[in-house]
Amino acid sequence: MKANSKKQDASQMLDGNRAAALGAKLCRVQVVAAYPITPQTPVTEALSEIVERGELQAQYVTVESEHSAMAVCSSASLVGARTFTATSSHGLAYMHEMLHWVAGTRLPVVLACVNRAIGAPWNVLNDLQDSMSQRDTGWIQMYARNNQEILDQIIQAYRIAEKAYLPVMVCYDGYTLSHTDMPVDVPSQDAVDGFLPPYKAHTILDPTNPKNYNLVTLANPRLNAEGVLCHGYMEIRYLLQEALEKSKEAIASVGREFGDLFGRSYASLLWEDMMEGAEIAIVATGGLAMEAIVAAEMLRRDGIRAGVIGLRVFRPFPRADVLRALQGCRLAVVFDRSISYGNEGTACSETKAALYGTGTNMRVHGFIVGLGGRDVKARELAGAVKRTLSLTDRGALNSESPEWVCEI
Amino acid sequence: MSADYFSDSRPYEVRWHGRGGQGAVTAARTLAQAAHLGGLGGATASPSFGAERRGAPVSASTRISPEPIMVVSQIESPDMVVVLDQTLLKDDEVIGGLGSGGWLVVNTARPPDRLGVIGDFSVATADATAICRELGVMVGGLIVVNTAMLGAVARVSELVALANIEEVIRRRFSNRSAELNLAAIEKTYRTTLIERRP
Repeated sequence: MKANSKKQDASQMLDGNRAAALGAKLCRVQVVAAYPITPQTPVTEALSEIVERGELQAQYVTVESEHSAMAVCSSASLVGARTFTATSSHGLAYMHEMLHWVAGTRLPVVLACVNRAIGAPWNVLNDLQDSMSQRDTGWIQMYARNNQEILDQIIQAYRIAEKAYLPVMVCYDGYTLSHTDMPVDVPSQDAVDGFLPPYKAHTILDPTNPKNYNLVTLANPRLNAEGVLCHGYMEIRYLLQEALEKSKEAIASVGREFGDLFGRSYASLLWEDMMEGAEIAIVATGGLAMEAIVAAEMLRRDGIRAGVIGLRVFRPFPRADVLRALQGCRLAVVFDRSISYGNEGTACSETKAALYGTGTNMRVHGFIVGLGGRDVKARELAGAVKRTLSLTDRGALNSESPEWVCEI
Repeated sequence: MSADYFSDSRPYEVRWHGRGGQGAVTAARTLAQAAHLGGLGGATASPSFGAERRGAPVSASTRISPEPIMVVSQIESPDMVVVLDQTLLKDDEVIGGLGSGGWLVVNTARPPDRLGVIGDFSVATADATAICRELGVMVGGLIVVNTAMLGAVARVSELVALANIEEVIRRRFSNRSAELNLAAIEKTYRTTLIERRP
C-alpha cells in the first residue's frame, strides 16, 4: 500500500475498471471477448477503444452473451491465444456452464469479475454473491482490496494460469472500486514483458496435427485406439483438484517474484494487517478487508487487540495460512458479503473448516453485511466486533447462524 | 498545505452535490487528481453509486490524505460540502454531517449571510453561474459550473493548490477549452465571498 517514490512518474489516478483494462493491455492479451453489463461495462469500452486505436494487437470479439464470451475465450485459448474477459453478476451466472468447461479443459483464461449483487430483486450494486456462487467451478479466485491490487493481480493471473493450466478470476468490488479513482502505480510495458513472457501452450488445437478435446469420458479408465490406458472422468477431475491445491505454491512464488520486480509483494495468499499480537481477528474479503483495517485501528485505540486477515486468494482456499494467521487469537469475526443460503456466510464456513481438528477453543462468529451495496462503515465493523466480544466474554455467543447487519 | 487538515489520521472529505449533467463527478475527480499531482499519497474520488439521470440530484465524493486511503464506505461527516445548484439546499441531507470547522461552498448569487443556511460551519459563496455565462463556459448550450467551483474550493482551503488544479485542467482539456475553464476558475477564486464560523 505504501506509495513507491521511485515510481512516482508512473502513478496515475485510475478507477478499478480502467486498472483492469490497463492490466489486460499490459499482458498483451490476444483475444478479448466480452459482453457489457453494469458495473463492468467500462472495462469492455476501454479495451475495445485500446484495440481500435491499435495500441494492442488483439482480436476484440463482440458476442451476444456472456455464455458466448466464455465460449470464445475457451476456443481462442485452445489454439494458444492469451485471452481475457470481464463480467459481473448475471453475466457471470450466465457463464456458469462455460466456467466449468474452461476449468475442466485446463485453459489459462483470465476473467475480471466486477462484483455485483444478483437478482431477484434487481440490484446493480456491490456484494460478492456472484463470484462466491462460482467457487466450485475449478477456477482460481483472487480478490482485490484496491485498484492497485486489481492491476497487479491481473498481471500475476496470467503467470499463474499459464503455469498451473488453470483459469483465474480476479474479483473486485463493483462501484466502490470499479468506479472509484485512486492512485495506481502503472508498471512500464517493458517491465511487464520481463515478468510475463508470451504464452506458449503445451498443446494446441491445430489442423495439421488433429486431436480431440473433451471426448465423452466414461467412469472408468479404459484403453484408447492405440492401446494406451487413459484416465476415466474421475481421474481427470482428481487432477483438477490436485492442480488447484498445487497452485498455492505457484500463486505464492509468482507473487514473490512480482514483489521483487515491482516492489509490491504478493508472496502470501492472505493479507495480514496488525495481526502481530492480535487476539481478535477480523476476517474479510475484497475492499471490506481494507475498511476493516480502519476498524481494527479504532479497536486498538480502545485497547482491544484486533487485526485483520484479508482473504486475497479464496480458491484454492489457503487453509494452512489461515490457521497460521489465527494462531494466538481467541476470536475470529468473519464479515461476509455473500451467503450460502440455508447455512452461513461463505468465508465464515471456510474459516471454521480450516480450524477443524486443530483442537482450538477459538470462537468464530459470522456477520452478513453489505449485500446489494448496503454501505459498511469501519465503525460498524468495530461495533460488531465489540458486541461479539462482550457476548463471548459472558459465554453467551451463539455462532450457529450468521448475524445480519440490517433492519430486521 | 497545513497539517491541520489531517488531524486524527482521518482523510479530508469533500462531498459534491449537483444535478445530473452539471459535472459533480468530474469536479470530484479533478480535485483528487490535483491532490495526487501535489504529491499527496492518498486521494480517491467516486460518484454516487447507481443510476444517474440528467437533472436529478447527484452527489460525488473526494477524499484526500497524505497516507493511502483505506476507507471505501460513503462519507458520513464531510469536512466540506460543495453545492453546484443552490436549489439543492432545500434538501437537509445536502449539509448532512457537516459540522463545526467544516465548509459549505455554494454556487449562488447570494452572499453567505443571505444564504439562509443554519449551522456552525463556515460558508463561502460564488456566482459561478454568472461567471461561466459571461465567459461562455458551456457544453451543449448548458452552463457548466463544475470547474469554476474548484476555484472557490481552492480559495477556502489550502488543501489543494490552485496551481495543481489548473495543471489538471490543462492536461484534461484542449487549448481553447482549457483557457475558458482556467479563466472561470481564476475569476471564481477571486470573487468568492467568505463567512467564517465560529
